[in-house]
Amino acid sequence: MPEPLISLQGVHKVYEMPGGATGTVLEAIDLEVREGEILAILGPSGSGKSTLLRIIAGLAAPSRGTVRYRSGVVGQGVALVFQSFALFPWMTVQENVEIGLRAQGLTTKERERKALQVIDMIGLDGFEGAYPKELSGGMRQRVGFARSLVVDPDVLLMDEPFSALDVLTAENLRRDLLDLWIERRIPTKAIIIVTHSIEEAVYLADRAVILSRDPARIAAQVPITLQHWREREDHRFVQLVDQIYGLLTRRETHPAQQSGRRVQTVPPVRSGALSGLLELLEDQDERVDLYWLGEELSLDVEDFLPIVEAAELLGLAKVAEGDIELTEEGRNYADASLLRRKEIFRDQALERCPALQNMVHLLRQKSNGRMNREFFVDILERSVGADEAERQVDTLVDWGRYSELFAYDQESRQLYIETEAAEETAPTA
Amino acid sequence: MLAAVLILLMGIVRLGSGMAAPLSAASHISLSPWNLPLYAGESLLRIVIAFLFSLVFAIAYGYAAAKTRLGQRLLVPLLDILQSVPVLGFLSATVAFFAGLFPGSTVGLEIASVFAIFTAQAWNMAFSFYHTEMTLSRDLQEASQVYRLGRWQRLWYLELPSSAISLILNSMMSFGGSWFFLAASENVTYAGRSYLLPGVGSYMAVAEQRGDVGAMVAAVFVMIVLIVAVDQIFWRPVVAWSQRFKMEQTRSLDEPSSFVLTILQRSVLVSLLERKVLRPTLEAALATLSRPRRRRRTQRLGQGTLGSFAGLVAVAVLTWAAFAGAHLLHGIDLAVVLHVFWLGILTFLRVAAAVLLGALWAVPAGVYIGLSPRVSSWAQPVAQIAASFPANMLFPVVVAILLRLHTGLNIGAVPLMMLGTQWYILFNVMAGTIAIPSDLKEAARVFGLRGGLRWRQLILPAIFPSLVTGGVTAAGGAWNASIVAEVASWGGRQVTAQGVGAYITLATAHGRFGEILLGIAVMSLLVVATNRLIWRPLYRLAETKYHID
Repeated sequence: MPEPLISLQGVHKVYEMPGGATGTVLEAIDLEVREGEILAILGPSGSGKSTLLRIIAGLAAPSRGTVRYRSGVVGQGVALVFQSFALFPWMTVQENVEIGLRAQGLTTKERERKALQVIDMIGLDGFEGAYPKELSGGMRQRVGFARSLVVDPDVLLMDEPFSALDVLTAENLRRDLLDLWIERRIPTKAIIIVTHSIEEAVYLADRAVILSRDPARIAAQVPITLQHWREREDHRFVQLVDQIYGLLTRRETHPAQQSGRRVQTVPPVRSGALSGLLELLEDQDERVDLYWLGEELSLDVEDFLPIVEAAELLGLAKVAEGDIELTEEGRNYADASLLRRKEIFRDQALERCPALQNMVHLLRQKSNGRMNREFFVDILERSVGADEAERQVDTLVDWGRYSELFAYDQESRQLYIETEAAEETAPTA
Repeated sequence: MLAAVLILLMGIVRLGSGMAAPLSAASHISLSPWNLPLYAGESLLRIVIAFLFSLVFAIAYGYAAAKTRLGQRLLVPLLDILQSVPVLGFLSATVAFFAGLFPGSTVGLEIASVFAIFTAQAWNMAFSFYHTEMTLSRDLQEASQVYRLGRWQRLWYLELPSSAISLILNSMMSFGGSWFFLAASENVTYAGRSYLLPGVGSYMAVAEQRGDVGAMVAAVFVMIVLIVAVDQIFWRPVVAWSQRFKMEQTRSLDEPSSFVLTILQRSVLVSLLERKVLRPTLEAALATLSRPRRRRRTQRLGQGTLGSFAGLVAVAVLTWAAFAGAHLLHGIDLAVVLHVFWLGILTFLRVAAAVLLGALWAVPAGVYIGLSPRVSSWAQPVAQIAASFPANMLFPVVVAILLRLHTGLNIGAVPLMMLGTQWYILFNVMAGTIAIPSDLKEAARVFGLRGGLRWRQLILPAIFPSLVTGGVTAAGGAWNASIVAEVASWGGRQVTAQGVGAYITLATAHGRFGEILLGIAVMSLLVVATNRLIWRPLYRLAETKYHID
């Protein structure tokens, strides 16, 4: 068996956070990229998929562990396709494609020859002199591909390359890429694609790597041995999709979890989105397949799962084996009037969400019933980091406001307990 | 930090005091109108040379401030202070210094003039480049890294294009603002002598001295032509060209255009020159410069030694300057300092009055113009020209009127300050009004907001951020103007106002360095204090509450 193109051993990524605390993004990642395979990396949002890809690309260094390249040089022989295309808006298509060749110091002639060849291959003929803003999203991503392929990378890295495109364009581009790969028209030896679309992974990849969350570990690796071109209706295809969906939604009750975090975090979901989900479930009034529901709402897993998690956290719905159903309280909630809903939400939140409970407790202890928002951010920052703390407090404030546990004054950035009197004297500026 | 800057200024002034003595007589200025184009050319050359220096400085300074750790901690706050020092205050001292370096020729005067213009232009340009360096698109940075661009290639293909629009906008503002300093620096009185450099500013000064109204009108006319020509032939094409550097991925409908740019772009000669000569040379140079060498090691070593070396030099210079300055300040006691502070407060009141009075007419006028597309299409360029016109060229004329009205300069200095600075308020309010989203205006109409209610609920909140920007710029300009506005002469009669601006000017005229220094120090302190205590909170309010996305 030949030496792997890239191999990761025990890769950790730790971020320093203000206040001296650290947060672990990636933990003990062992991964080998072999010649001739397409590798898909899947995981819940914020699980560190992109960080992993950037470590492989040599853009970020691992905090611990090693990344070995066959070429022996960090980041050599890789190219990266971006979700946002990352084209230079002030350069023409051809100039964008040539950028990697410029860095290699090729002569103008050579550069032009190679660039035009790739532009032709990728189907951008006639657009050499156009600027990115003149192109549609699909054409722009073609430029992104051309720019990567022109440097003849051993490993082509792709960070959600199709997710900024509409369905048809994405499908078209996927097929073209797969065609180049299967027909061996590009010298690329392996492709790694980060994606949140399970279907996309099963359609393209020979192996799916599934990451867990907080911190990301490799939760599972699923080999996909179907022949190309794969049919989405094929029952083996559907089975694989379901299998991976189950792996992704599985609630982790890993023993390591207890050592890592002390603070329970709330999924960043607004109360409005939560109500919407519960109403929808009520209409179905049975257990519903989560994957089906996500499709129905045309929401990505990334946007959809947090809402499910929030419903579960508040005890309004429960999830089992890829299905979701309302609890007793959840059904009550969906049936109730606006005011009654707030009461149910309040009871559930106070009972099941310690963070919110704490906030209310602290507010009630203060004689004037007011506290700075910053205070709560500071507390959370120590355990979850600055950005996440902001998000957490935003969500908690939204929940607290919705259930009328407390109010929030944007001007003074203070939370306060609403009383009849306080309402009148609440500062306006 | 402020103290360090002031100490350094002390040193420069001290150096100037030693070299002031030998200097030849000022050049002769002829009032023949045929000489005016030549003088205009000389003025323009000065301002262009200063601008080129400013541009290179801004890029180098912004780059250093963004890329080195020392830069973050030292260069950025330093820039903030430098921006607040009224450069006009030590113009005369620098003239003396540079004149002393080249005794017997006007070279020193020329350098001093260019230097004065440079100090008026450079800071906000440097800030803008620093700011874009700090806010570069992360994706594009990563792309440059993955595709292994060298440092110079990154600068050329990523960093300069990213900053182009904001750098050009700031350059345009700086350039427009620096005519004032050009006019001031061509005509300097220092230690009992006056120095004249051939140019439009000095032509006007001489015409005013002699009371030659025809020459005065000619000078004003030429000045306006100069400003308009530079705008049309240089800035408009550059702005239109810079639109390609917009980060947005979609095409907007009304982009600035320029007929000069269109002509240039269609010219065969220009495109041939670009393709065959300029591009290949540049690309080869960038590739050579960016070729990977044993970069890592030398870089780290270089930075360390360079840093400590620079630190040592800075300490040495500051120590020397402190000694030099302390010597100058000898004999100035607490009573004098308090007196100067009192003068500073008087000037502060004048600045405040100038800004408020300016706002009083400029806000309604700006809103009126901004709400009517027809009026704003011609009024906007006019306001821009008015803002660029060096108001100090007109000071003596206005002083003559004030004297006839028997208004002392204590009050008269306020209209003089307004002459140059009210345009900034008008200009910004206009821009702010134009930018009010039309759905907000429509909503106001639908809900029947009228009269005072409309002003309070829609217009004032919406233009608040631009009003603050206009106010800051106007106040900064007024502080600088106080140095030339609080002392004036007409027909041999000199009038002065009580204020720190007059204090600095008189100290300069008599060559009293300690007083110059004290005056500048007090003024800088007041500027920094008002920025921190008044403008910054207003800015924060503008950014949070009154920000329209």
